[in-house]
Amino acid sequence: MVSPSTPEQLSPSPFTVINVGAELFAEALRAQGVTVTSVAWRPPAGDPAALARLLADPAIDRANEIAVGRMLAAEPVLVDVQPARTLIPLFREAEGGYALLHAGPPISWERMCGPMRGAIIGACLYEGWAGNEEEATQLAETGRITFAPCHHYHAVGPMAGIVSPSMPLLIVEDRVHGNRTFAPLNEGLGKVLRYGAYAPEVIERLRWMQEVLGPALSRALRHIGGLDLRSLLAQALQMGDEGHNRNKAATSLFLRQLAPALVETGTSSAETASVLRFIASNDHFHLNPSMAAAKAMTLAGSNVPNSSVVVTMARNGVDFGIRVSGLGERWFVGPAQSIQGLYFAGFGPEDANPDIGDSAITETAGLGAFAMAGAPAIVQFIGGTPADALRYTREMYALTVTTNPQFSLPPLNFQGTPTGIDIRQVCRLNLPPVINTGIAHRLPGIGQVGAGIVHPPMECFISALQALADSRQTT
Amino acid sequence: MVIQAQVRRRTYVDSITLMQIATALKRLPGVENAAAVMATEANLQLLAEAGLHPGGVTAGAEDLLLVVKATIPEAAEQALQAAEELLTARQPKQTLLHDGEFSLAASTQPPHSLEEAVRRQPEARLAMISVPGPYAALEAELALRTGLHVFLFSDNVPLQEEIALKQLAQQRGLLLMGPDCGTALLNGVGLGFVNVVPRGPIGIVGASGTGIQQVMSLIAQQGSGVSQVIGSGGRDLSREVGALTTLAGIRLLLEDEDTRVIVLVSKPPAPEVAARVIEEAASGSKAVVTCFLGADHEALEQRYGSRVVVARTLTDAATLAVQLAATPASYHAATTPASAIAARLERLRQTCAVSSASGYLVGLFAGGTLCDEAMQLWSTLLGPVYSNIPLEPAWRLRESSLTALPGHCAIDFGADEYTRGRPHPMIDPSLRLQALETVADNPRVSVVLLDLVLGYCAHPDPAAIYAPVIAGLHRRGPRPAIVVSLCGTEGDPQRLSAQAARLQEAGATVLTSNAEAALHCVQLLYEQEESGGLA
Repeated sequence: MVSPSTPEQLSPSPFTVINVGAELFAEALRAQGVTVTSVAWRPPAGDPAALARLLADPAIDRANEIAVGRMLAAEPVLVDVQPARTLIPLFREAEGGYALLHAGPPISWERMCGPMRGAIIGACLYEGWAGNEEEATQLAETGRITFAPCHHYHAVGPMAGIVSPSMPLLIVEDRVHGNRTFAPLNEGLGKVLRYGAYAPEVIERLRWMQEVLGPALSRALRHIGGLDLRSLLAQALQMGDEGHNRNKAATSLFLRQLAPALVETGTSSAETASVLRFIASNDHFHLNPSMAAAKAMTLAGSNVPNSSVVVTMARNGVDFGIRVSGLGERWFVGPAQSIQGLYFAGFGPEDANPDIGDSAITETAGLGAFAMAGAPAIVQFIGGTPADALRYTREMYALTVTTNPQFSLPPLNFQGTPTGIDIRQVCRLNLPPVINTGIAHRLPGIGQVGAGIVHPPMECFISALQALADSRQTT
Repeated sequence: MVIQAQVRRRTYVDSITLMQIATALKRLPGVENAAAVMATEANLQLLAEAGLHPGGVTAGAEDLLLVVKATIPEAAEQALQAAEELLTARQPKQTLLHDGEFSLAASTQPPHSLEEAVRRQPEARLAMISVPGPYAALEAELALRTGLHVFLFSDNVPLQEEIALKQLAQQRGLLLMGPDCGTALLNGVGLGFVNVVPRGPIGIVGASGTGIQQVMSLIAQQGSGVSQVIGSGGRDLSREVGALTTLAGIRLLLEDEDTRVIVLVSKPPAPEVAARVIEEAASGSKAVVTCFLGADHEALEQRYGSRVVVARTLTDAATLAVQLAATPASYHAATTPASAIAARLERLRQTCAVSSASGYLVGLFAGGTLCDEAMQLWSTLLGPVYSNIPLEPAWRLRESSLTALPGHCAIDFGADEYTRGRPHPMIDPSLRLQALETVADNPRVSVVLLDLVLGYCAHPDPAAIYAPVIAGLHRRGPRPAIVVSLCGTEGDPQRLSAQAARLQEAGATVLTSNAEAALHCVQLLYEQEESGGLA
């Protein structure tokens, strides 16, 4: 038995107390001249007894160190752009070749939201599987199309996230762990497939991307031997991007690094100019490479036994799903939430689709809202103040296992971004991670109607925590 | 009558604050009833029972729900507006960034967790935890693992969790006071419900908050002082818990150079636990006073009387401790001082033996231990005392309305059935005031005994609430007589003498010893009988 404390050990002067609960007690202590820090306590989520066990479990702490160590060690390099059918095994396996990837956790056609259905119709038209909307809808309704989440094939797609076999995919290679991750090319704003548009100009643009943009990027990337995305993102964060809703700096850096090679490997000056113009006119072009890089980082941290670190956060417009490193491929889902933010002129909350897209992979990797302290300009877009941006990032340090020294934030004295969301802390603090995101119109084809802040539903974390508790009991 | 509700999503406010807000709203013009609760299923059920359930409002356990029942919509709206202001005023102190200000300074937000608070304030040594019971063990465990001593006010912590926490504290050489600990004082700093007393030679380890407050207040009133007070929590001396905290507290007092006398305050411990505790306490060179209310004192004296002083009331415990502390030699049984309470009890016993009284005594208590002590004394002299915390199962008071009384009664308003969904009577006197008026209307009631506990965390000015009511009753006639057991000190924020003066002016007899107050009630009962019996 340890010898009991002496009174001196018990309360050295000055007496300092942490108060958790009723403020009455803190006030009484302050009246006696005691320094008191009051905790802004909220009841934790989930079973408190299970939470207490998991928080005290050193095996989980060790596993988390490994998981985040791998996330930080990953070296995502953009190496090539190739057609999806050569990269996604599902497209070779599916019967009749009818297969599509979508954003978020698994979902059936019957439960899909408007923008996702619209994007599927567009993909059917683009692939020539249907001649019109009715035929495409029928194809989907009769169950002939195999649907699978992008994440099941190490791919990530913004908004509806529909990937079809002919689409060109960015290939990101993790030079340390050897993983490859994928993302489609960004189409720009307005009427675009990822928001569910399938008008002729949408299909036409997709074909140009397949025939011109994809091959041009492929040649240029091979020519320069790949583009180090980690370094590019680190610079972009210091230039006011957060890597999710603001991609202006990253897109500019991308263009600066790739432009000479695009020219050198271009087939004609007119074609090269169209490629350069397309990238330069889309501030969000680099969202997709950033997402693939984030996916490469989180994939590296996946499948570490006992780890409570979140490696996937993704939404399909109906469900929000997370996956946890130590819990394998299992999804933990809850209802996709509505987004709090600002709407473009003429639109309002009644037009909004619930949260959608794989782009929350950026927050999962410590970017996006987690890096908002470095992107004060973005708060105007989502309706807040620079102080809010600092607050969001600061709050996330409480949820994460580590900081990423490669992604440093000047306004926080070059502290690294909070990285590696621990489901134990999310439940303990009852504080879901924060995500920056765009708002899609609930009807197909109208496009983005605003932007804002959203949170995953706590259910995801509560059920994942229970699963982790169960898995620790049986081991 | 209209019911209006307001939901604050994902907002947590502690129940004490919420109940104070609800009480404030009920006093607003046009407001019939009001509630401020976290919208848990249990609370929604309580709202429904109170006729306050707002139909059509969806709120969950994480949401704060304000409900107002008022005569007109405007009154309800004004009350909700007032609630908003009260809530804002009650936020933990923090510096707010002005809108739009871009600051590189350290975070101005309050910490979200105990661990974060410790990171910001690494010199912290103690955690004060009062979150709802189901979550208390988690917070306490994290505090202990972070290396903090813990004052755990929360109750409803499962027994197994209490044992595990106390074992963890023991392994780490830390002190876990509670769960269900109300009072402590460490190196001059009071924790929880506690009186302001001078530093002195007497250390107290106790399982009962108001019991400790009574002893420490009487010690101060007799000119002595207190070294350390360690609260152990109500179940610490059970067989299951095995007095882990009490034993740690005793060892701490044995090592403390400033402590010369150790006082142990509790309900009767499990016999084998009592033996261990007394052995431990008597193992040093310090005098030991035990005050196990309701125990078989003869048996205790027989078994341990050569090693410890057995006090039968809290008042005796304080008086004996002060006398022992003033004795230079170490304690010897032969030096045991006499008890004034015992002498008075004996005189009253003779009175009771020769005549009987037809009037009733009614005790309305905020402190459970004070209620218990009064019942012990009354039942010794007068037989059955009916109560919600009865000494004998047959004396359980079934009627909670207090309109019809079966005989002498003592009610503990701090018990669960009176504190569900409302603040403890030491903070909010409203329920007990209602009861006072009800029993005063009963012609059979001769004497009413009220305990008022002063000190930190208690009501800031109980005399301001009780004196006008007592004065009103006094003006109506001599019966019932009102006796106040006033527990406090001159150093308390409410100041003992100022409170006593106003209560006496209103017509109450004020005594600072609960045991003496209880005996005085018996004496008044007989004096009233002699002066003319029932009105």
